[in-house]
Amino acid sequence: MESLISIGVRSIFIDNMIFAYFLGMCSYLAISKKVKTAFGLGVAVIFVLGVTIPINWLIQNYVLKEGAMAWLGADFSSVDLNFLQFIVFISVIAAVVQLTEMAIEKFSPALYGTLGIFLPLIAVNCSILGGALFMVGRPYNLAEATMYGFGSGIGWMLAIVALAGVREKMKYSNVPAPLRGLGITFILVGLMSLGFLSFMGFAL
Amino acid sequence: MSTAVAEVVEKKSEPLFSKKNRKLVSNPLDIDNPITVQVLGICSALAVTTQMKPALVMAIALTVVTASSNVIISIMRNTIPSRIRIIVQLAVVSLWVILVDQLLKAYVYDVWKQLSVFVGLIITNCIVMGRLEAFAMGNKPFPSLLDGLGNGFGYGIILLIVAFFRELFGGGAIFGFKVFEAIGFHYKGNGLMLLPAGACIIVGVIIWVQRTLNGYRETH
Repeated sequence: MESLISIGVRSIFIDNMIFAYFLGMCSYLAISKKVKTAFGLGVAVIFVLGVTIPINWLIQNYVLKEGAMAWLGADFSSVDLNFLQFIVFISVIAAVVQLTEMAIEKFSPALYGTLGIFLPLIAVNCSILGGALFMVGRPYNLAEATMYGFGSGIGWMLAIVALAGVREKMKYSNVPAPLRGLGITFILVGLMSLGFLSFMGFAL
Repeated sequence: MSTAVAEVVEKKSEPLFSKKNRKLVSNPLDIDNPITVQVLGICSALAVTTQMKPALVMAIALTVVTASSNVIISIMRNTIPSRIRIIVQLAVVSLWVILVDQLLKAYVYDVWKQLSVFVGLIITNCIVMGRLEAFAMGNKPFPSLLDGLGNGFGYGIILLIVAFFRELFGGGAIFGFKVFEAIGFHYKGNGLMLLPAGACIIVGVIIWVQRTLNGYRETH
């Protein structure tokens, strides 16, 4: 239990997807003009990360890893399918995103109105595939991997909502013309990332 | 019917390196740059640029993947059903990424180790997906190849500029060669440049300089 909490805090603040690894920057910069849409996208990312990471964990540990297919019999105990990792992970992600989209459309049209347009974008959000690839490199069990998925998603949402909040206020400031838009946004992200550095001192 | 139309279009042949085709390569270097104007492929641009060498390898890997998947998707463009096109594109891209990944692992293991997950993340690199959607789905293979190469170079240029400043000020070196010590200076590396924050601020400043020069403006 203690390790779960520590993984949660770690993935939200210290190993923040945006400020520590720059994953999912494209949609982070493109959809952070309004707090409301940023929040919608954030929730969708939490959901997709929380679902795909445990699925990918199961696939990695029971199919892809060297010797992972030993449960099929002695013949399979030395099979190593790691080179298929990328294509399998991305298919799982694309399939889950598509399924989620259909399910939300059917059961909750109101939620679909807010989340629906973001879901196809999420399939190509680097933070989802990046999360899966980081998960492979760390010795997590299933519960820890799920916690890691949700934690990274929450960290991502925190980052995008914070940036959207700042950008909404930027309307009122007099930024030099060539710096407007993308330029000042990058500098803002840099400064926010500087702030998040202070979490690095935590020993967990 | 559609094949007849396609044949008519094919017959209007244009020179291999017409002005339009040359523009496809030169535009992404400046006014249509994938990173600073189209806002694509930022993640890896920030993450792999602490040193010049991984940045160069990454740029080459991305150029290869973009150009070759652009060609393949462009050849298949009339047979892909539009509802499942994303997953078809992802499958083609991941094929190339797996190839590049295995090659890097075999020949430049230390750089591959340094790039870690970011080679795999070329699959979801927005430049690749963005160019497939915006260009290869509607153009012939040869222009698509040029477009892929051009965008790869545009990405590479920004990557190398960012990596140049980060390695120079962060570690006092270029391609691992200690510049400041070679000219008899003692230089203590600026740690901020190696951190994520430094990368973001450098990219912001590059965009500022580029837009001052070429006059591109954005309203908030």
